[in-house]
Amino acid sequence: MSPDRPIAVAITAMGGQGGGVLSGWIVALAEGRGWHAQGTSVPGVAQRTGATIYYVELIQPRPGRTPVLSLMPVPGEVDVVIAAELMEAGRAIQRGLVSPDRTVLIASTHRSLSMVEKIAPGDGTADSAPVFSAANSQSKQFVGADMQAIAENTGSVISAVLFGALAASGALPFPRDAFEATIRNAGVGVKASLDAFAGGFAAARGEAQAAPAPKPARGIPIGGSDADRARLCALLNRANTEFAPDAAEMLTHGIARLVDYQDIAYAEEYVALVAKIAHQYSSLAVEAARHIAAAMAYDDVIRVADLKTRASRFSRVRGEIRAEAKQIVDTTEYMHPRVEEICATMPAGMGRAFETNAGLRWLLRVGFDRPRRVRTTALAGFAALYLIAGMKRWRRNLLRHGRETAHRDAWLTIVQAQGSPDVALELLKSRRLVKGYSDTHSRGHGKFDKIMGALGLLDGREDAADWVRRLRDAALADADGRKLDGAIATIKSFR
Amino acid sequence: MAERSFAREVQDLRLGAGDEFRGEGILAVTKALLQSGVGYVAGYQGAPISHLMDVLADAQGILGELGVHFETSASEAAAASTLAASVNYPIRGAVTWKSTAGTNVASDALSNLSSSGVTGGALIIIGEDYGEGSSIMQERTHAFAMKSQMWLLDPRPNLPSIVKAVEDAFELSEASNTPVMLQLRIRACHVHGSFIAKDNQKPKYTVREALENPVRDVNRIVLPPASFMHEQDKINKRWPAAVKFIRDRGLNETFPGTHSHLGIIVQGGMYNGVIRALQGLGLADVWGDTLIPLHVLNVTYPLIDEDLAAFCAGKQAVLMVEEGAPEYLEQALNTALRRADINTIIAGKDVLAMGGEYTAKVLSDGVRKFLERYDRSLVPERAPASAPNFSALAAVVPPRPPSFCTGCPERPIFSAMTLVQQELGLRHVAGDIGCHLFALNEPFNIGSSTMGYGLGPSSISAMQEVGAPRAIAVMGDGGFWHNGLLNGIGNAVYNRHDGVVVLVDNFYSAATGGQDILSSRARPAGRSTNHPIEDAVKGVGAQWVRRIDRTYDVPKMLATFREALTTSAIGPKIIIASSECMLNRQRREKPLVAASIKRGERNVRPRFGVDEDVCTGDHACIRLSGCPSLSTKPSGDPLKPDPVVAIDNDCVGCGNCGEVSEAAVLCPSFYRADIVSNPSVWDRLIFRLRGTIICWLQARRDTNRLQIAV
Repeated sequence: MSPDRPIAVAITAMGGQGGGVLSGWIVALAEGRGWHAQGTSVPGVAQRTGATIYYVELIQPRPGRTPVLSLMPVPGEVDVVIAAELMEAGRAIQRGLVSPDRTVLIASTHRSLSMVEKIAPGDGTADSAPVFSAANSQSKQFVGADMQAIAENTGSVISAVLFGALAASGALPFPRDAFEATIRNAGVGVKASLDAFAGGFAAARGEAQAAPAPKPARGIPIGGSDADRARLCALLNRANTEFAPDAAEMLTHGIARLVDYQDIAYAEEYVALVAKIAHQYSSLAVEAARHIAAAMAYDDVIRVADLKTRASRFSRVRGEIRAEAKQIVDTTEYMHPRVEEICATMPAGMGRAFETNAGLRWLLRVGFDRPRRVRTTALAGFAALYLIAGMKRWRRNLLRHGRETAHRDAWLTIVQAQGSPDVALELLKSRRLVKGYSDTHSRGHGKFDKIMGALGLLDGREDAADWVRRLRDAALADADGRKLDGAIATIKSFR
Repeated sequence: MAERSFAREVQDLRLGAGDEFRGEGILAVTKALLQSGVGYVAGYQGAPISHLMDVLADAQGILGELGVHFETSASEAAAASTLAASVNYPIRGAVTWKSTAGTNVASDALSNLSSSGVTGGALIIIGEDYGEGSSIMQERTHAFAMKSQMWLLDPRPNLPSIVKAVEDAFELSEASNTPVMLQLRIRACHVHGSFIAKDNQKPKYTVREALENPVRDVNRIVLPPASFMHEQDKINKRWPAAVKFIRDRGLNETFPGTHSHLGIIVQGGMYNGVIRALQGLGLADVWGDTLIPLHVLNVTYPLIDEDLAAFCAGKQAVLMVEEGAPEYLEQALNTALRRADINTIIAGKDVLAMGGEYTAKVLSDGVRKFLERYDRSLVPERAPASAPNFSALAAVVPPRPPSFCTGCPERPIFSAMTLVQQELGLRHVAGDIGCHLFALNEPFNIGSSTMGYGLGPSSISAMQEVGAPRAIAVMGDGGFWHNGLLNGIGNAVYNRHDGVVVLVDNFYSAATGGQDILSSRARPAGRSTNHPIEDAVKGVGAQWVRRIDRTYDVPKMLATFREALTTSAIGPKIIIASSECMLNRQRREKPLVAASIKRGERNVRPRFGVDEDVCTGDHACIRLSGCPSLSTKPSGDPLKPDPVVAIDNDCVGCGNCGEVSEAAVLCPSFYRADIVSNPSVWDRLIFRLRGTIICWLQARRDTNRLQIAV
């Protein structure tokens, strides 16, 4: 029996990632070096964004003999696994394709989120840590880098970057120029592919730049009047001297948000509210600073108009869509203000009058309640939003503000009434449910109120804090609130 | 025009004697057909044999030179009927489809064909869509071979064997007057390899000659008494002729091995897997040398009882490697040995799995079990099992089923269907076959059944009760022309169905690879297209028909659904939702646009974005749209714990996300950016003028804004 054995390469990818191109390159590379190569795949409908696998075997020929190669990877007998996404690397490990004695695992560490991760109303993103841990422990050699970023930076596709990483890994007995010649011979997008290849090669050799560390949110006041700057300076000092460093950090974020959202007086009000909670339970300071700021900077029409008309936003859009220097970019906003939002943006008395009078509501519905496309790069559209953003100075008198403030105060009163700091903490964190616009906002509000309403059921229970956390997680797990209702029903069954 | 261009592959069809052909299995089949002097080819596209159809569609020139008639059949039934040309005339013909889905559709014609018997070689190339990567029910084509008495070839999965099988199949068919099926599994269809080509052959007898010399033989027609005669003919003449041909030509192969007290009988398609399994046990090598004798069935129907008996005689035990259930071959083998009074033990499904794909793991476990049971000395001790625990991985690795592409025009249909159900209540929704079936999964979760291609509307036939909430059936244009016009619409009109039928008209048979169909807007040479679905449904009597020419218009889709579900009109309510398949549209338009920009022409490209500071991280837009380019990213804002929505650069600017968020009144985060390349002088002037004023206003507010500089 001949001891010869082929080099086995499995590529796991999602449809549209160019897995077929990559396996084609590997076959061409080997054939170009006089090797015998066999590649196959099971694309089917998986090419429509689903997970799929390509498999290649390479062997040095022997005169007069034809090798019998496998059409599918054999667990424990794969030399190279190339994963075009982190979770696909995880899937390859799960399938037993990666073995510690044999397999070089080359993976792009970027995440392309699956549908189930994206649709959660909260954070449904799966934890990457178990994949990294398995990738390191289960493979002979783990080559991981964000190949997708390299592809985007070089204007190419991930398959070329992975091909570069494969060359650098040394897993195949072919020199770098043979890899590059393969790309040249294929003759499609050669320049960009070679750049991407070089990027992947360097990344696999660990020559990539480390990501810059995030900047701390500390700084000096700018803009506004001298008096306002002085008050802001004093407020920041108060945060840094009266609070522990982690709370001060969060407070600084909150202050920055609220002066931006409204004014210095609003930020002072905020620090006072946080101080009150922190005074009661110092362990709550960070979460109080986070959630009170978020509650005070509620999302309203004025805020949206303000954010959409800023210079910084205009340049961010150009960056996001990768507009080139000579290209002109026109932006159109998709908005749909309903009667509720229009009334909420009126002075309190007037807004209530409109809300309660069916005739006036009808007028508003007919006159205003419809989808609107606002071109913020044209003068009329920009001016409209610019003027709405300017309504900020009257915000405190508007119907919406009164309601938000009342809701916030009611929430903080309940938080402060808790005998247990743990329960209070969970209640602070639950404010995260209130977010969004229109229906989303009312749904979040409804869930939040349900949790508040369920507090009575938890009275006297030692695990009350734990239950509040569970209720919140349930509320974030689905959109229609079925899981939350189920969890509340469970609590009710305890009695 | 199909999703992929086969211009280069078409050149490979011209290779002559001695040239090396390199490519995938299914394309080798195409070349083999031409080398065999095929007179006509037909078929219905579908993975894994789509490429055979696509490459021939692109190869009109070569086909014309050789005088080969090629057509894209309306269905597998039409394709199978095409083989009627080989009943009376010595013309070689080949048809192809995915199986068993397609074989089911073709069965009527196949039964008649095999009863009549053939004069010219009749070959059916079967893409056995089984195991990983398959998109259909898991069944075996073998049953069709047995019930209609057609021969079934299952060659070893390498290009020379596959090509030889095609050539042998025509001769076998002619020698036994029986249609022959050549079965190729998914991986074999896509396997890359090489073989030494031969010259293409012009058909020995052409379609023209047949038309000029009509033949009529009433004994060939399936009608009593000829039909009873056919049955006898099959048993008494065609079967023995086939057995003789297979034996004489040595179509099955026996590989000797030193451990002659054992043996393995294997379907040709499973051969490579078995060799690899034996290799893992040190009993074979990569060059195909084996210590365990192998009998390879390149023909799995009919079985040659004498050969099987000869192989098994004197052996202690033989393993039958046969993929899929039930174990037809194992049963037949046992019968053959019993009749020959040979008492060799037959192992098979007892050590291998009864159902499911024979993966490398299943095969190596099965072969090991067989050897451990019948000669333990041959196998090394099992390494102590230390299977790593992947439960931590299992908890995080998400499922990733196929879904609608970025910019797919079918997604807004289901967004609107979600919204209308939120408004009017849940409805029974029947699916069909095609991309639209992806609505079954997240985020839409729409659809309760699929009964087959073009059978969506007829699958709600029983669910008709005037006054009850109306059922909805979804069917694509592919399914519509395949079967749905009559069994779906005609049936619904005649029986005065009350339900709603949504016809997804995306200009192609999209799920099979973007082939043209009757209602396609393209004008491919030699085909007649641009026949509107609307005309067809009205032609069979449908009254309530609404056509929507831009499915991305979610409010309009929604209003149309609302009307269809509430109108008092009698008869089926038919909604034709038309927009071009984005995958194919991009393929068509992208090169044109790139060239135009390169020439310096003005171009406006839309794409969508989300303002990360406006997005609050609820993801309702994703739940309603589900676009792959719509994803989430960390908010980068400590005050906002949930990830925000982001649109990546694959966005094609279809606008569905914006339309949905607007129609459902979700949030104002979405913006459309129109990127103007090569702007005109006027563009630049206006842009500068506006920019000056806007910048001045922005600067004014920025200086007044109190903030913390970081």
